[in-house]
Amino acid sequence: MKGRAPGTPPIYGLMAEFHSPGDVVAAAVKVHEAGYRKVDAYTPYPIEAVAEALGFHHSPLPKMVLAGGILGGLSGFGLCYWASVIEYPFNIGGRPFNSWVSFIPPTFETTILFAALTAVLGMLALNGLPEPYHPVFNVPSFALATRDKFFICIEARDPKFDRVATRRFLEGLGTNEIYEVEH
Amino acid sequence: MASPTDAAKPPATLQTEHDRLIAPGHTFGSVTDQISAIVLTKAPKGWWLGFGLGFAVLQLLLYAIAHLLFRGIGVWGPNIPVGWGMDIINFVWWIGIGHAGTLISAILLLLRQEWRTSINRFAEAMTLFAVSCAAFYPIFHTGRPWLSIYWLFPYPNVMGLWPNFRSPLIWDVFAVSTYATVSAMFWFVGLIPDLATLRDRSPKKAAKVVYGILAMGWRGSARHWHNYETTYLLLAGLATPLVLSVHTVVSFDFAVGLVPGWHATIFPPYFVAGAIYAGFAMVLTLAIPLRKAYGLEDFITLKHLENMAKVMLATGLIVAYGYTMEAFMGWYSAARYERFMIWNRMTGPYAAMYWALILCNVIAPNTLWVKNLRTNVPFLFFISLVVSVGMWLERYVIIVTSLHRDFLPSSWGMYSGTFYDWAAFIGTMGLFVTLLFLFVRLLPAISIFEMRTMVPGAATEEHK
Repeated sequence: MKGRAPGTPPIYGLMAEFHSPGDVVAAAVKVHEAGYRKVDAYTPYPIEAVAEALGFHHSPLPKMVLAGGILGGLSGFGLCYWASVIEYPFNIGGRPFNSWVSFIPPTFETTILFAALTAVLGMLALNGLPEPYHPVFNVPSFALATRDKFFICIEARDPKFDRVATRRFLEGLGTNEIYEVEH
Repeated sequence: MASPTDAAKPPATLQTEHDRLIAPGHTFGSVTDQISAIVLTKAPKGWWLGFGLGFAVLQLLLYAIAHLLFRGIGVWGPNIPVGWGMDIINFVWWIGIGHAGTLISAILLLLRQEWRTSINRFAEAMTLFAVSCAAFYPIFHTGRPWLSIYWLFPYPNVMGLWPNFRSPLIWDVFAVSTYATVSAMFWFVGLIPDLATLRDRSPKKAAKVVYGILAMGWRGSARHWHNYETTYLLLAGLATPLVLSVHTVVSFDFAVGLVPGWHATIFPPYFVAGAIYAGFAMVLTLAIPLRKAYGLEDFITLKHLENMAKVMLATGLIVAYGYTMEAFMGWYSAARYERFMIWNRMTGPYAAMYWALILCNVIAPNTLWVKNLRTNVPFLFFISLVVSVGMWLERYVIIVTSLHRDFLPSSWGMYSGTFYDWAAFIGTMGLFVTLLFLFVRLLPAISIFEMRTMVPGAATEEHK
């Protein structure tokens, strides 16, 4: 507990462990109904129902990728046009400088390239990865979150969080494995 | 919204051995342990043998490259009139093989073909390694690859030169480099959750650190999965037209030229089908020994092999249609050079290769109509090798027979690969095998997190 800004809660949060996907979905619903919002669930594979239960509905990624693709297409065509018409106009087989039909394949490829780069880098950015340190890893059994166990963590910065009451609430979800997550 | 009781429902119908995609009795834990054990336990002797063999053959590639750079591309067989030889044949062969990986990971994902799950990871790896092998040829056939940067890539150089964007060869640069980049990203994104699994399960400190860095702090957060799934679907949607465009552009290298035997509108679809055909053959060639060696029959089941055989049969028939149309158009066009080309292809000096190609690519795969043969693993392995040979012959026939009889008989010639052509070809196989063995040893060859979704009871409402 050193070097922490004043006002920071003494722990990161409380974490509950579950053994089946059904349990974690049911628990996520109840956690959300109880009004907790600074919550995250950790599962070994994607369970869309958990994300929905916790209220993560919209990902801005599709719009970002669309923008990336449009930018890529304009860049690709711009490159072909600029190089063939403005910077280096060269008569090749009597074809027009702006041979736009021939510019379609490079334009198509750069569209895909920029869109795909946006998708991957955007996903990493939105998820805050790479993230060298995160408190949840302080729970020893959390290593099983990438094997076969399911976790829900209510963070201490949630306004409804109370070290005792929240623990009791989590116990009411049908699990005895509740851990305090240190910072 | 799924209710918790949904999760425990047993599968609606009892599956037979031929139908199932995962053996019964598996749990999230057992799937994780069995797949990660391949990476986390000591390598079996067979691994060292295979890796050693691949690595030894790789040395042949290094020798072939060194000799090529020292002496120039005259050590290879191509010469006028056959200006393109084994370099481009091998390029097309390798890049075609890669297509199955993207097809499995992207197109089958969009079509909700669940059986793709256990084979997509190593098929994607195969794509990457095949593209690496393919890239070798266009780079080195320039003779002076250190100059090819300005021949191939548009960048502001001091000579003020820009590539000709009207040429299919520059389209190829864009298509193949985009394909390599997107395939690599797709593969890596798919690996992130599994790298986290290896990080959490590796008993060795050094391995934990390396996998930890690569996993970038992945912790399976629901928020992260939400964005992750969106990205994965978007990438699949982007990779699908991309993979179709790549072999289309490769076929433009030929179809845009005026050479009889190349100048045909059938080329793009027929090349794409051929690429998928060759790719699935290669996936089978790799999957069959892999499942045997590592006891992965629970995950790569007979159902998977049979489905791949069906894809091979379907694409093989499209390819057969392509050959038929080529012959038909040779006759129907009434162009004497086209007619001569197809007649010469069937009866000329390379006729043996043409008929061998028909045997391998058209006749042999028709045996897959028979269910007993389609589910006979050694036979499938054999057919997959036959198709790989056939697809190589196809490119040989298309390229060499179209070029070796020029419009004027005074410009006729013959082509055969030299020792260095063959050394480079066999050498890239060494590179491919070496990379594959390293991959199987260092990374999970089957997507663990996706296999978890196949475990009975994993499905909440959305997964049904």
